[in-house]
Amino acid sequence: MDFNDTPQEAAFRKEVRAWLDANAPKHLEPELKRASFGSSGLTSEDPIEAGKKWQKKKAEAGWAVLHWPKEYGGGARTPIERVIWGQEEGVYGVLSGPFTIGHGMCGPTVMAWANEEWKEKLLPPLASGEDIWCQLFSEPASGSDLAGLRTRAVKADDGSGDWIINGQKIWTSGAQNSDWGLLITRTDPDVPKHKGLTMFFLRMDSPGVKVVPIKQANGASGFNEVYFDNVRIPDDQRLGAVGEGWKVSLTTLMNERLSIGSGMSTGFPELFRFCMEADVDGEPAVADSGVRSKLAQFAVKQSGLKYTGMRAISALSKGETPGPENSIGKLVAGATMQELAMFALDLQGESGVVWDEDSPQNGRFQAMLMRSPATRIEGGSDEILRNIIGERVLGLPGDIRVDKDVAFKDIPTSGSRK
Amino acid sequence: MNLDFSEEQNQLRDQVRRFLEERCPPKAVRQVLEGETDYDAGLYKGLAELGVLGAAIPEEYGGVGLGHLELCVLTEELGRVLAPVPVASSVYLVAEALMQAGSEDQKSEWLPQLAAGDAIGCWAINEGSGRMREEKVSVRFENGKLTGKKSPVADGAIADIAIVAAREGDGISLVMVDLSAGGVTREALDSVDPTRAQTRLVFDGTAATRLGGAGDGWHIASQVLDRAAILIAFEQLGGADRALEMARAYALERMAFGRQIGSFQAIKHMLADMYVSATLARSNCFYGAWALSSSAAELPVAAATARVSATTAFQHCAKNNIQTHGGMGFTWEYDCHLYYRRSNALALALGSLSTWESLLIERMSAGNVEAAA
Ligand SMILES: Cc1cc2nc3c(=O)[nH]c(=O)nc-3n(C[C@H](O)[C@H](O)[C@H](O)COP(=O)(O)OP(=O)(O)OC[C@H]3O[C@@H](n4cnc5c(N)ncnc54)[C@H](O)[C@@H]3O)c2cc1C
Repeated sequence: MDFNDTPQEAAFRKEVRAWLDANAPKHLEPELKRASFGSSGLTSEDPIEAGKKWQKKKAEAGWAVLHWPKEYGGGARTPIERVIWGQEEGVYGVLSGPFTIGHGMCGPTVMAWANEEWKEKLLPPLASGEDIWCQLFSEPASGSDLAGLRTRAVKADDGSGDWIINGQKIWTSGAQNSDWGLLITRTDPDVPKHKGLTMFFLRMDSPGVKVVPIKQANGASGFNEVYFDNVRIPDDQRLGAVGEGWKVSLTTLMNERLSIGSGMSTGFPELFRFCMEADVDGEPAVADSGVRSKLAQFAVKQSGLKYTGMRAISALSKGETPGPENSIGKLVAGATMQELAMFALDLQGESGVVWDEDSPQNGRFQAMLMRSPATRIEGGSDEILRNIIGERVLGLPGDIRVDKDVAFKDIPTSGSRK
Repeated sequence: MNLDFSEEQNQLRDQVRRFLEERCPPKAVRQVLEGETDYDAGLYKGLAELGVLGAAIPEEYGGVGLGHLELCVLTEELGRVLAPVPVASSVYLVAEALMQAGSEDQKSEWLPQLAAGDAIGCWAINEGSGRMREEKVSVRFENGKLTGKKSPVADGAIADIAIVAAREGDGISLVMVDLSAGGVTREALDSVDPTRAQTRLVFDGTAATRLGGAGDGWHIASQVLDRAAILIAFEQLGGADRALEMARAYALERMAFGRQIGSFQAIKHMLADMYVSATLARSNCFYGAWALSSSAAELPVAAATARVSATTAFQHCAKNNIQTHGGMGFTWEYDCHLYYRRSNALALALGSLSTWESLLIERMSAGNVEAAA
């Protein structure tokens, strides 16, 4: 049990610090510091362009995608080195936001399932930020119940071996900026639903792909509808066997949950700073014992997540697989951030309703309030995560299911209910 | 960086777990609950022989000299089985206070006896209802004599010595009292958790000697409390884990509406939330264990963090363990209430939850701001 850097870790930290000191885009720091969850905070530069520039610089110096092997453009760093990098990169990490899905989920899936030729072609430009990827999984009728998806892939009847895609995806984050997409489709509706799926990747500028931005509840447009109208995909852009799509998707989803080290924020450090400064009844908010009690409960969630992350890193460093405790991260962070935002607004009194640049911390808490509901849904809703903890961690029995051994086409749907 | 116990420490855990499974079944806890004995003296002696009591006491004072990380591991195991023994009073508080502030004579007289389980210590700070503050201390220490009342005092009925916070001149001092020397009345108090009995100690010109400097008492006490808070947090963690295991076992075994109750999402999600709070508490406790064992500058923040998190988790798990058991959970016969009692008693020991919540934020505001990140 030791929280301090070992001499090697300290030396690594020094190296990282020196490189960042010489190379980080310092002129953006004030803006990035104002970043709130769900937005980079950048206004002086285009966030995508600024992100690509930073990613490229990192890649050239070997600091891009530290968890990937070097041959695919990664940094091949140890888990602890990744944590140290993340601590030191700090606000600049926000710049790499457009690549999170590609680096954390699509890339690892390609790495596990594509042939060598494709890996060499696809992965290095993803690592260096030239290419952006999106995840085309959810559909209007299948979110939590992903295996209920309906986008069809049918073999072309011209003997080319190509696949023809028709259907619709929804909630696809970053599709409007993406070069490539990871796409899960149904190839066989006559078998039970998990068995008839097949995974592909495709260029987002393929003929017949249409991206329509969706205006979100918080006013931003991060996610999109993506329509497929007779889109042709060559068979060698298939990942895994035909009918094996569910298994391939598990690689993606597992990587989603394993992308530890970044440590999810609850917004506590910002709230704490606010409570040190904010004036409530003529005194700083922390002078009030009711406020302190609330803050303490937020504080132990924040630190509990931080140290849970460190326990996972410790396990990884010893060559062990991190335990299931990682599944708590998003569940705790999402709900905490939402409650915390409401509390921060409460402390602002009636002006908590005002959301402009004069609001405390440039309206950070109002932005958190409006973005946090999404955290509780995306990437597995709170309820799905509780099911996972209950069933896979605690070993409780699964739900009683009516869709298990039934051919996909015979499963009742929302539309078929009378 | 390494946030985990070592191989050896985990082996020690296994060894003590086996010992406690054999020597501290629920029946042993119930004997104390039912008032048949004040504490499990045989178990206490066994723990002394195993080296548990002296784990963090240096060898020169009759201890085993392992360290506080080992003590944390052992403590968690005691918490799992609700061991009805005065370890918290005697070891986490009195032995710690002696190690922090005792004179050479005091240490060499008492530490070996505490480590061997030949003497039991108790910690007498509280004076009646309300959060304990320095200004509330009214027991007086003058000319070597102690006068006034302390309550509640955990394990006061069975202790041989007490460390008492008393007013001396303008300040507060800690003093040691040999309870067997007479001049002390002990009155038993009924409590929410009879497996750790509470007592009122009445001093009437009782002979006492100072522990540490005159007027330093509150300062020493708060240092000792921080250290003990981390150890108690490990007991709470052990209790929380055990309560979750009990709930899980019942959720798998109990059938209703033709299915296991654990297949109902209301139950499944309740258990998932128990798992979440126990996991957060475990991670925070590890942080506390590190701070305790290395006497890090973060110790005060780490202690309050571990304490708040573990209190919350144990209360959460113990109450929902009863809920999962339905009517059976509310019977005297099932052990659920033992965990419920203990979780609520430990939530108040060494200062209530709200007290520690306040302390945590005060300490973070007083400079250790980076602890917030
Ligand atoms: C901001 C944002 C970004 C996203 N980005 C992407 C992306 O890039 N790519 C992508 O493919 N998808 C993306 N998603 C989609 C996301 O994965 C889905 O929204 C999510 O899986 C939930 O599915 P749904 O919206 O269909 O809700 P539903 O599945 O219809 O859920 C509705 C409610 O029912 C509950 N529920 C459903 N099933 C169960 C069950 N078995 N037990 C208990 N409760 C249940 C849910 O918890 C929820 O409360 C994104 C979503 C958001 C909000």
